[in-house]
Amino acid sequence: MNLDLTKIVGPRVPAEELQRRGLRYALPTLVLTLARLALLCSIFLPYWQLDLKAPQYPRGLNVTTYVNHVTGDVREVDSLNHYIGMRPLADAAQLERSIAIVALITLVLLVEGVAFIHSKWAVLFALPAILYPGIFLADLYYWLRSFGNNLDPTAAMSNSVKPFTPPLLGHGKIGQFESHATMGTGLHLAIACSVLVVVGLVLHRRAYRPLYEAARQAAKAKGAAGAKAESREVSA
Amino acid sequence: MPALQAIAKERNLTPDDLIAAAKTYTPSGRHDDYIQFASGGHGGQVLVIGLPSMRLLKMIAVFTPEPWQGYGYGVGNDILAEGKVDGRDITWGDTHHPALSETGGDYDGQFLFINDKANARIAVIDLRDFETKQIVKNPLSLSDHGGSFVTPNTEWIIEGGQYGHPLGWKYAPIEEYNEKYRGMVTFWKFDRAKGRIDQSKSFAMELPPYWQDLFDAGKKVSEGWVFGNSINTELATGGIESGKAPFEAGVSQRDNDYMHVINLKKAAQIAAAGKTKQIEGFPVIELTTSIAEQLLYFIPEPKSPHGVDVTPGGEFIVISGKLDPHVSIYSFAKIQATIAAKKFTPDQYGVPVLDFDSCVEARVEVGLGPLHTQFDDLGYAYTSLFLEPAVARWTLGGDYGSKNPEPDWTLVGKINTHYNIGHLAVAEGDTVSPDGKYLVAMNKWAIDRFAPVGPLLPQNFQLIDIDRPGDTMQLLYDMPIGVGEPHYAQIIKADKLKPWSVYPEIGWDPHTQSVDPKAPVSGTERIERNGNKVDVYMTAVRSHFNPEHVNAKEGDTVTFHITNIERAEDATHGFALPAYNVNLSLEPGEYAHFEVKDVKAGTYPFYCSEFCSALHLEMMGYLLVEPR
Repeated sequence: MNLDLTKIVGPRVPAEELQRRGLRYALPTLVLTLARLALLCSIFLPYWQLDLKAPQYPRGLNVTTYVNHVTGDVREVDSLNHYIGMRPLADAAQLERSIAIVALITLVLLVEGVAFIHSKWAVLFALPAILYPGIFLADLYYWLRSFGNNLDPTAAMSNSVKPFTPPLLGHGKIGQFESHATMGTGLHLAIACSVLVVVGLVLHRRAYRPLYEAARQAAKAKGAAGAKAESREVSA
Repeated sequence: MPALQAIAKERNLTPDDLIAAAKTYTPSGRHDDYIQFASGGHGGQVLVIGLPSMRLLKMIAVFTPEPWQGYGYGVGNDILAEGKVDGRDITWGDTHHPALSETGGDYDGQFLFINDKANARIAVIDLRDFETKQIVKNPLSLSDHGGSFVTPNTEWIIEGGQYGHPLGWKYAPIEEYNEKYRGMVTFWKFDRAKGRIDQSKSFAMELPPYWQDLFDAGKKVSEGWVFGNSINTELATGGIESGKAPFEAGVSQRDNDYMHVINLKKAAQIAAAGKTKQIEGFPVIELTTSIAEQLLYFIPEPKSPHGVDVTPGGEFIVISGKLDPHVSIYSFAKIQATIAAKKFTPDQYGVPVLDFDSCVEARVEVGLGPLHTQFDDLGYAYTSLFLEPAVARWTLGGDYGSKNPEPDWTLVGKINTHYNIGHLAVAEGDTVSPDGKYLVAMNKWAIDRFAPVGPLLPQNFQLIDIDRPGDTMQLLYDMPIGVGEPHYAQIIKADKLKPWSVYPEIGWDPHTQSVDPKAPVSGTERIERNGNKVDVYMTAVRSHFNPEHVNAKEGDTVTFHITNIERAEDATHGFALPAYNVNLSLEPGEYAHFEVKDVKAGTYPFYCSEFCSALHLEMMGYLLVEPR
């Protein structure tokens, strides 16, 4: 198939139109820029936090997860986990953490692409950023489940602690430890990004659809006047 | 409150008792406002006590091996060895006077010094980890009642000797007491950055054998000067067995002894200029030099005094002669004027003795057996009265006079103590800015205060509320001390102390206060063999040592290098090795090492001696020594 790049990026906005109704076109770009900014900021902020409370830890323990690393009382939590045969936290999601920064920057670039594509292809570019928070939580759940259900049977307390899945969000209890899992600012920003991208897409469609339809009609008319159409657009 | 009344009735408590309880009761989890560092007497340790709860928080091992802290049982052995006398191990101390480090005359909470009167030694404790870091043995003296006291910026730690003997304790017949026996005061230079006494920059001053007793550093207006007292200007030499007056009588013959006034600033210059004599390899400013350079003056003081205490602003020096019912207050300005006017006559050693009347500001009759004095923020002074026994509150004059309603230099009130009070300590009461609030009476006898525990009775620390002016002091609490006879104590505001909760990094050597590159960490555990030397690099973490099997051959030298790789507060591990007298305390992050020479064939289960976790009993291993 002969790929026509202009069909993917869609029609450009005539200069006089842009001057007359600037805001209409600026708005989706603005919203998408905010979405990108939110996603970019989230790289530096915690995504998920697990707080643990037990009588002998009056100040509590916490594990704070970022997209590419884990901070907090990791050593202490690992030290406690070894009694029940849970693997060290550093073993979890190694691949995900190693590619996280590159993947997020790619998402940011894809969303940036949406602003330049005035066709239905824009949805495809936006989709990864929309799905991203869900994918993060699904992956986290996978690891929590995997860690909690694959305990070393030779560990000291393997008889007294049955396999379990730590809470993804909300409360849990294991032994004398009360756990409470919450979303961090980073994940909130990722969700905000997801919502903003959806809003951006709606505004985007509102702005560019008339141009796109006009271009299509023009192309149709041109095709009818001339030889048979060489190709057909994909319609939504 | 009916419930409270019922309890008071059932337990026979008065309203004052209930008030005292309310003033001292510290609910679980709440911290004390003040921390008292008290000498542990012949326990050779330092006691750390919280106020107002009077809870014992810690006992810092100093001159005496202490197994809980591992001190002398694998760690701290090198520090204890610094305190050897004539090559002999000395495994106890008679700790007397703790001195907190000061900045600008105020406690800064960084270091604590304490002397051992029995062997003339000074120890340095680092208050980041509350552990002893150094012991220095005075090369000139065998007893040092007059330490330790610091100058207002801790440049110098003052250590006065006590019983006269030839410097360096060489033999001399007692008949040659006047000629050959001497007293001394040593000024140890403190290197704050290193946290150690710098012996190479320290010096001493030769003094007549008058049994120097206590010292105190001048502050503010008197900064740069040092004041001391003495009790045996009679030069008594005892000899009860041959019909001579015993020391107790001989030492108490004259009406006056001599307060010592030392120009430390100038003495330091003289010492730095090398105008010293090397005695036992230590620079000593000879008495003749001190006289010629005008470094030393005496002033008559009421006989056999036991306190020399400088007021917060440094204007006055308070001395109590324990056999005279007065405290005598000397004015620093008057002392300077008397020196300038040359109103002095030489004593038998040629030291100028200043005219008493020209130097005295006031005398206050406080009661029987006055000993030690401290100060508060209300312009009051407090003097312990050994014989009554009581604490006397009296007013200062000068700039302090306007801080309270009573006339200057007047006895305001007394409170009985139980019994035979020695020192007393007021919150920050010997600094440039005393806090008042609390006073602790350090009583030598308890007699009937506590449930009987056999003929050896505890000492009694009594907490006294001194917060309100007038004759209003209230006894709040009795704390038994069952580990030695504390002498002096200092009380610091708790928030000035900033100790570590765990060592800053894993592999920390508390002796150097830095990470030792040799310290094993997670992943570098190993056993290295080299001929008959076995080096064990071990980590400790809940609830195992790694390695758990240590194999050696009979006669090997086995060196254990152990790091506690924990980061959790209070996750301390012990390391007890039976048959080799070893027990370590490894606090989170701490690295320690010790050597066991010539191991005997056998099977030695070692274990964690600190209840670290639910699986603590399982935290063990074997040293397996195979016969050759």
